[in-house]
Formats: sequence, structure tokens, C-alpha cells
Amino acid sequence: MEILISRGEREQRYRVPFKSVTLLKALYHIKSYQDPTLTFDSNCRSGVCGACAVRINGREVLACSSKIKSGDKIEPLKYHKVLKDLKVERVEKDRLKNSTAWLKVYRKVEVTSKDVELTERQSDCILCSSCYSACPVLEVNPNFIGPFALTRAYRYILDPRENNKKLTIDNIQSNGIWDCTLCGECSAVCPQNIDPKMDILKLRGEASQFGYLDPNFMNLSFNSYNI
Amino acid sequence: MIDVLIIGSGGAGLTAGLSAKEQNLEVLIVSKSYATSSQTTMAQGGINSALGNVTSDSVELHIKDTIKSSHGISDISMIERVCKNAPNTIEWLDRLGVPFNRTKDNKIAQRGLGGASSKRACYAQDYTGLKILHTLYDSCLRENITIVDEYFLLNLIVEDKIVKGATFLNIRTGQVEQILAKKVVIATGGYGAIYKNYTTNATNSTGDGIASVLRAGGRVSDMEFIQFHPTALKHSSILISESARGEGGYLVNSNGERFIDELLPRDVVSRAIYEQINTFNQDVYLDLRHLGRDRLLKLMPQEVHLCKIHEGIDPADELIPIKPVAHYTMGGIDVNSNLEVNGLKNCYAIGECSNAKIHGANRLGGNSLLEIITLGRFVAKELSKDLRDYSVSDIHLKRDREYIESIFNKDSFDKNFYQLEANLGEKFYKYAGIKRENSQLNILLNKIEDMKSSINNIGIVDKSREYNSNLIEFLQFLNILDIGEIIVKSAIKRDESRGAHHKIDYPKEDNRYLGSFLFWIEDNKLKSQFKGAK
Repeated sequence: MEILISRGEREQRYRVPFKSVTLLKALYHIKSYQDPTLTFDSNCRSGVCGACAVRINGREVLACSSKIKSGDKIEPLKYHKVLKDLKVERVEKDRLKNSTAWLKVYRKVEVTSKDVELTERQSDCILCSSCYSACPVLEVNPNFIGPFALTRAYRYILDPRENNKKLTIDNIQSNGIWDCTLCGECSAVCPQNIDPKMDILKLRGEASQFGYLDPNFMNLSFNSYNI
Repeated sequence: MIDVLIIGSGGAGLTAGLSAKEQNLEVLIVSKSYATSSQTTMAQGGINSALGNVTSDSVELHIKDTIKSSHGISDISMIERVCKNAPNTIEWLDRLGVPFNRTKDNKIAQRGLGGASSKRACYAQDYTGLKILHTLYDSCLRENITIVDEYFLLNLIVEDKIVKGATFLNIRTGQVEQILAKKVVIATGGYGAIYKNYTTNATNSTGDGIASVLRAGGRVSDMEFIQFHPTALKHSSILISESARGEGGYLVNSNGERFIDELLPRDVVSRAIYEQINTFNQDVYLDLRHLGRDRLLKLMPQEVHLCKIHEGIDPADELIPIKPVAHYTMGGIDVNSNLEVNGLKNCYAIGECSNAKIHGANRLGGNSLLEIITLGRFVAKELSKDLRDYSVSDIHLKRDREYIESIFNKDSFDKNFYQLEANLGEKFYKYAGIKRENSQLNILLNKIEDMKSSINNIGIVDKSREYNSNLIEFLQFLNILDIGEIIVKSAIKRDESRGAHHKIDYPKEDNRYLGSFLFWIEDNKLKSQFKGAK
């Protein structure tokens, strides 16, 4: 089969001798036997290290976990600086620092199975950035914290061991939970079936308990008052 | 000069970083990729601690099981240290926020793994390593610990046997840089990638830290002990966790017959499967169907997903075709009881790259996560002792710059190292695999020596400076060749069978080999020595 791979300003066509194959295996085949200059990221081959996320025909996927077909177009993630071919500069560290997604103040408390189940999915995140690449808000607001960093904030806010939920809630107000348009693109592409859109909705509920209101709604009412 | 340079950003490196920070040390963690892409994410089953939350257990039993599995070549005092500290390790992880599963009475849940006399492995579904690693990562961000991504380790900087830092290739710029430090911790992971296409390991597990210690004059030991995991997917070598058998999965052959107690230690189960495949011409399968779809999805969501993608089967309805492949490397950098590298000063090794003599000839499931966290914490106490600045010559940096330049300048070569690497992986699986013979090991050794003597015939095609993964993979291949030579030489010397090292002509343990083969480089020659177990 033939696939088309984005290489900076141009695209390159490669032929690989497989009928059914994961994208990662095809990329390794190209690198090993056709073109050692082709550059991409990967490590675990089994969908847990988050290194190999790219786009096939515009859709975010893990190269190791996705089969390809002839004619597929392979591109790097969006809203990341492309360093070379499919390799991008990762944004996780900055975004997680923005959302301060970690346990702030530990308290000793009984944790139940139910507590763990509540954020079981959220803590499955492998930081592949697929959701970030799929998020249209980043097209208009590059400072948006983005889906995975908000999901992770939610995971810690719901942890019964957290003794200062408010601090995290405070840190995800600006360029955070209210900037999301709830389009659900993030949830659609997550290889771990995490639902950041739902997490952001729930975070809004949590924030309202601390007295935060939707700033869009506030602007709206302010405007209508003026009219 | 910073206080502590930690090379490697998996569970061991991040734990050491956090713990060094707790000691108020200035710490820098360097990663060849990204922290959350490390091999630790792939640890699935659990982390051992004799909490007795599910079945009755004791630290003494944990110690006893670990000693038994190590087949006499472990250091009992190290095993005791790790097993006794295990409950503290779990508590420390719990305080960071690791989402361990819970029992009905709200204790940390535990499951049975092979070779354990009680349900001892604390777990977070089958994502235990992933969730521990990510929680450690979040905690490092909280503590504002600097993690430098995409720096590839070239060489330790050593003067008069004192390690004063390391040189790196900055992958982003292609420049060689040095980082100087009062203490250096190597936490670079194992060397399983040598079994290319026949290992559960990440492609990055190329033993770079071990190779750098060798080049610096430090010692490595027990390199022939490589654990084969019984259940990797047949066509992709992707791991299906031992928890699948811990939860009640069966191993069956083509006739649908069970042929082994599934929960015996990994070396025994792997050999039984190998025998079914190679002697009795059977296919071997993991059967999880009787566990039911709901239970599978609840306890092993990752396994179900992996089976579907890589084998095209649904384990709730179908048998899973499997084979044993290389999984964990017990050998590594030889360290003393303070984890300092044998032959070097101010340099420590933790995690899979280190041979802290806990696993001996065969590691128990759930003991590797325990080791990386427990000894990652322990090493920090050593790091704060006797910290001082050193003067460092710039000769090391110059030498490594010239070396990288020489790789770029080499144009005439006719061999493709990727092909050699794949070929070597297959040969290692066949000749230095589950069952070994001296005649085959010698063939493999000749092959490696051939490759090493024709190194001028291989090189890089990509001549760009920035993000040159062709260059990184080439350097990794050179590391693999150095380590591979020692694996084979050590395996040839050990004319017995012990734990994961099984020699067909010498099927029993022989007390003359109760100890470790150490290897090091002196005057440009590879030297070795046998050292009896403690």
C-alpha cells in the first residue's frame, strides 16, 4: 500500500509491503529500509506511553494502535510546533503547570472503591495530546489550558485525599473551564476513552460551589442590562 | 555544579528526584525522551507489599518468596531492606495521590501474582505502573523539579574514578553538552530491547546507562539473567499482564489442555510454554473466557484493548495466542549496599539498570515497581552526604564533540544497522533465550564480534543536526552491541541452570556458580571475575 506523510512544507509518498499493518510498524519499516531520515516519536508500541500520537486523514490517533489503508495521509498533531516530520514539541509540562493538576494538601482519609472509580478513567490518561490537537478552542486562543490538563485537574479535585480543592479550582478559571465550547472533539479522539468535555462540565459545577460563575454568562447579562 | 544529576526519568529517576528535593538538594532530571513515555508506564500487574489486606501475609513471607525466586544469588540484606520498607513505600505513594484500587472495607486492594504465597500486589486496575509514574510526574511538577527532555546520555565524566557529571547529545539541537554535578544517579532502565521484536520492552530500553558505566570503568554483573515473560501476544510481543493469570486465566495448548500451574514463577512457566511450542509442536493460548466480559473489562481493560488491536481477537470470546518473550533484565550496574556503582565514586544506580541483587536469577512480579520506588527513596539519603564541588577538565566535552563529528563525517559504509539490529534480536531470542546451549551462544558471540569489528561499515544516513533520530538509534545500537557481548560471555561462563538462565546441557543448579560474574573494561580490554554470593 501507499501512504502520504507530511514532511514540513512538502508531502512524501511511501510504499510499504503490508496488507494490514499498524501505522507505527509501517513507519519503522520505512525508517529501517527506505528512508532513515523520516522522523517520528514512539516507545512502548502498546498504547501506554503516549509518544506516537499523530493524525491520520485529519484524525488524531496513536500510531501504534491504528491500522492504516492505502492512500492514508499522515500528519503531525495540530497546535504544536512541528520540529521535524511527525515530531512535535510537546506541551504537557507547561499545560499541567498551568492547571496545577496535582495533589495540593494531603489529608488522611478513607478512600473507597467508589472514590477510585469516580476518576478511574481520568487517571488512565497517557498524555498523548490527541485531545489538545483536536480542540478547536486552541485555534482562537493559544493560551487555553486544553482538555487533558483540565481532566487531570478534575481527577485531583475529586480525590478525597485532597484538602484544598479550591486552589486547583482557582487556577483553572482564566483560559480554563469557561473557555471550552463543549464541542466534544476531545472526547471523540481520546485513545483511552476519557471524556474531557464531561469533566470540564463537572468542573464548572464544582467551581460554582466555590462561587465562580460563567464569565460568558456574566458578560451577556451585563450587555443586556446596557441595552 | 548542581548537587544531583539524575539520568533517566522513569519511576526510579522521578522518585529519586522527589526524594532528593525532600532533602533540599538541587536536582536536575534528564530524560532521553519524555518522563511519561518511560518503560514504567508498561508495568501493569502491581507493586508488592505484605499488607495482608486481602489474604494473611507477613514481611517475612515476602522476604522468603523473594529469596526463593532469586535462586541463591541475591543479597539477603538488600531483599530485607526492600521488603521491610514496602509498606512505607505504598504509604508514600498513597500520600502523593496514586489511585490504588480498594477493597470493600476501604483498604488498598491486592492481587496474587506468580511465586507469591499471598495476595500481595497493590494495583490500579492493570495500569499500576502508568498511574504511579504519572502521579510521580505530577508531584515533580508540583515541586518545580527541572526535567530536561530529549537529552541522550553519551558518557559519564570521570576523573580519578570520581564521577563529576555526564556528556549528552541535545537531541533538539544536535549539540554535545555537559552537565556537571556533585552526585550522579543513573536510572536509565534495562536492556531488553536487545531482543528486538522478541521483547515486551519499549524500543528505548537499550541499556544506555549500563553501557556508559562500562565505558567509564565501572562494573556490571549478572548480565546473563534475563526474565522471559510467559504471556506476550504471539505476533507483536506485546505484554499481557501476569494479573490475567492471577485473576484465574488458564494456559492451554492446541488440544485445549492445561499443562502447567499458571502461577508458578515466570521462568518455570516460560520454559513449559517453550517446551509446548518447540518440543511438542503446539500453539499456546491464554484462556480468559471463563472470567466473563464484565470482569475482564473491569479488571483488565487494557489487556482487552491490546488483544483487539494487535491480535484481532476478543478475549471474552476467543483464546489469546501467546509466546514467552524477553521482559526484564535482572543484571545491570553492580552496586554496593549504598547503591554506589562498583568501581566509581559519587555515582549511583537505581531501577532496572542497577543490579541491587534483589531479584537474583529471577524476579517476582510486583517486585520491580517496589524496587524502583523504595530504592529511589533510599538513594536520596546517600546523595546528601559529603557534597562538594570539583574542578573538571573540558577534555571530556571536546572528546565527545569530536566523536559525534566523526559519525557525521563517515560516508562510506555498506551495512544497514537497522537490519543488523533486527537480525541480532532474533538471534538473541533463539540462542540466548529461554533455553541455551554453549555451541549456539558461541555462534552468537562470533556474530557480535563480527559486527563490532566491522563497525566502520555502519553509520548514519541522516546528516541533519536537529532531531536526528537516525543518529540516536545508531548510538543505541552501539550500546546494545557492548552489552550483548557481555550477556553472551556471561551466559557461556555459567555452565549450570539457575532461575531464568537455563542451559540444556547443564539442567541443574551447581554450587560452584553460586554468585555473580562481574565484567568491566580495563586498559581497553573486557575483564571478568566471579564473585561468590553474600
